Amino acid sequence: MTQTAAAGSGNATTTYREAVRAAIRDALQRLPQAFLMGEDVGRYGGCYAVSKGLLDEFGPERIRDTPLSEAGFVGAGIGAALGGMRPIVEVMTVNFSLLCLDQILNSAATIRHMSGGQFSVPLVIRMATGAGRQLAAQHSHSLENWYAHIPGLRVLAPATVEDARGMLWTALLEPDPVLIFENVMLYNMTGSLPENAGAVEIDKAAVRRPGRDITLVTYGGSLWKTLSAAEQLAGLGIDAEVIDLRSLRPLDDATVMASVQRTRRAVIVDEGWRTGSLAGEVAARIMEQCFWSLDAPVGRVCTAEVPIPYPKHLEDAALPQPDRIVAAARAAVGR
Amino acid sequence: MSLTKEMLRIRRFEEKCAELYTQEKIRGFLHLYIGEEAIAVGVNQALAPTDAIVSTYREHGHALARGIKMGPLMAEMYGKREGCSRGRGGSMHVFDAATRFYGGNAIVGGGLPIAVGLALADKMHNRANVTVCFFGEGAVAEGEFHESMNLAALWQLPVLFVCENNLYAMGTALAISESETDIHRKAESYRTASTAVDGMDVVAVESATRGALETIRKGGGPAFLECRTYRFRAHSMFDAQLYRPKAEVEAWKKRCPIERLERWAVEAGILHESDLASVDAEVAREVQDAVAFAEAGSWEPVADLLRDVQTPGIVP
Ligand SMILES: Cc1ncc(C[n+]2csc(CCOP(=O)(O)OP(=O)(O)O)c2C)c(N)n1
Repeated sequence: MTQTAAAGSGNATTTYREAVRAAIRDALQRLPQAFLMGEDVGRYGGCYAVSKGLLDEFGPERIRDTPLSEAGFVGAGIGAALGGMRPIVEVMTVNFSLLCLDQILNSAATIRHMSGGQFSVPLVIRMATGAGRQLAAQHSHSLENWYAHIPGLRVLAPATVEDARGMLWTALLEPDPVLIFENVMLYNMTGSLPENAGAVEIDKAAVRRPGRDITLVTYGGSLWKTLSAAEQLAGLGIDAEVIDLRSLRPLDDATVMASVQRTRRAVIVDEGWRTGSLAGEVAARIMEQCFWSLDAPVGRVCTAEVPIPYPKHLEDAALPQPDRIVAAARAAVGR
Repeated sequence: MSLTKEMLRIRRFEEKCAELYTQEKIRGFLHLYIGEEAIAVGVNQALAPTDAIVSTYREHGHALARGIKMGPLMAEMYGKREGCSRGRGGSMHVFDAATRFYGGNAIVGGGLPIAVGLALADKMHNRANVTVCFFGEGAVAEGEFHESMNLAALWQLPVLFVCENNLYAMGTALAISESETDIHRKAESYRTASTAVDGMDVVAVESATRGALETIRKGGGPAFLECRTYRFRAHSMFDAQLYRPKAEVEAWKKRCPIERLERWAVEAGILHESDLASVDAEVAREVQDAVAFAEAGSWEPVADLLRDVQTPGIVP
């Protein structure tokens, strides 16, 4: 997969994985209180090879291998943040984050409120999410919507190499806990990045492809499938606008609503299961805010209601794919 | 003298809380510490102001012994804006930045990893502070206990784990919840210095704490203190205590840490009955003032509902 960002002068081709690594390296160089902690982030190089080489560069204090103790080390990240550090905690995948959901929800997200504003938890948690590598059910789920449900957290989903490079620094400057979801299918994706690439803002959704006829709203790994669907739709004479949410909490309603008010139609593409999905939330907001602009019901393309199966054809069938996105968009447009 | 008074402050504060609870001034869950005061006071006597504390939902004693003022603590029980957590936490979530008091955690075992992280931050900053983590013996069955013991020992972090073993987790007796009922032995398996101490004896708790802190401050890694104690009252205000014999409760009450110290001090000629009476009066006044402070406090306007969820300026 190759990103279609226009190559300017001084740009270098890089992978999403290298972009995340560059972001971590940059953060550790600039911020003495920052350190990376998680299972196999050091000697092994990270289970998705994101932190490869960083141990040699920064040493075991700052690239800290942890035992298999998700609740223990995520909780330790919270304590370290309270103690003035800027921990970047890596949880291998969102699937395993359920073992530390207690710490994320009951402590990281709530301490500021419970303490009447006395203590903030400036913690960044990165985790991999998503399916597509035939890793079967316990390694393939997309549960970021569960975290987007929680007040007190910020939830980010970088879909491009620029965002993979830039969101971490902005997240580290946040006084509150930020979760960054990296879709596993994006790590090998290449894109071009200016040599001086750095922080990006994390408040706004981005229009990744302007269009007139329908708004396709998506995020993370589904962005590229949605852009490919938009190209197919263009061949059918349907000009789709593609919005990348980028931030799942808080949601940037303004960008979505402005687009839907122009196009009058929307389909949301989300790798979460349909029931209780983020797509459901976005659809509800469109209904609340744009009902009188709509020319068709808001459509959703989500993952089928099944634990992600191991066989390739079934995994593909479970996930949102360009053909399903095209079909949903055509249904909305009536062509 | 100061030990007696500190314990008495906790006792009288909580007795007042129980009364206020029946008057519906204090609502929600209320877990009283009565009977266990020697631990909070003994441990806190040995701490430096820069040390940190992580506590549980049974934290009023820890909070008072740490130096959180009684007025703001009482206002917190009421849910008033003048409370030490601005009223947002209530009885189970007491926080105080000035004394490095990091809650007030109502998830059994949830505070242990946070204590580990605070200690990690101190170690990485080369600060000589210790983080003290209080928890009940019930927490020992949780995975977070074991994860935290392992991390603290593995990374040689300055944490003092203080297990308040009052023999019951709600209605579940230690013997039916743990395969090993000598809790301090579990800590030993993590190669952590670990002792059991009479939790009804404030002097013993204080000296054990000093010993443990010395080990920790010398860079010896974490230490573990099992304080054997008993809560004289129910688990919470909703508990009929069907799970333990009255005779057992009465037997433990005879070991009341406050009476014990007072008796000893009077017999040793250090204190006179008249001194005790004046301490009592002083404490009663402090409690009265705290109630007045809470009563005079204000209710946060509903318009402020969404504050302190995230740093101001962020709308979900
Ligand atoms: C994770 C979790 N499980 C269950 C509870 C409900 N609960 C509250 S207190 C308690 C007993 C805890 O006993 P212990 O740790 O011994 O502390 P004590 O109350 O005796 O001080 C239980 C089961 C909880 N708050 N958190």
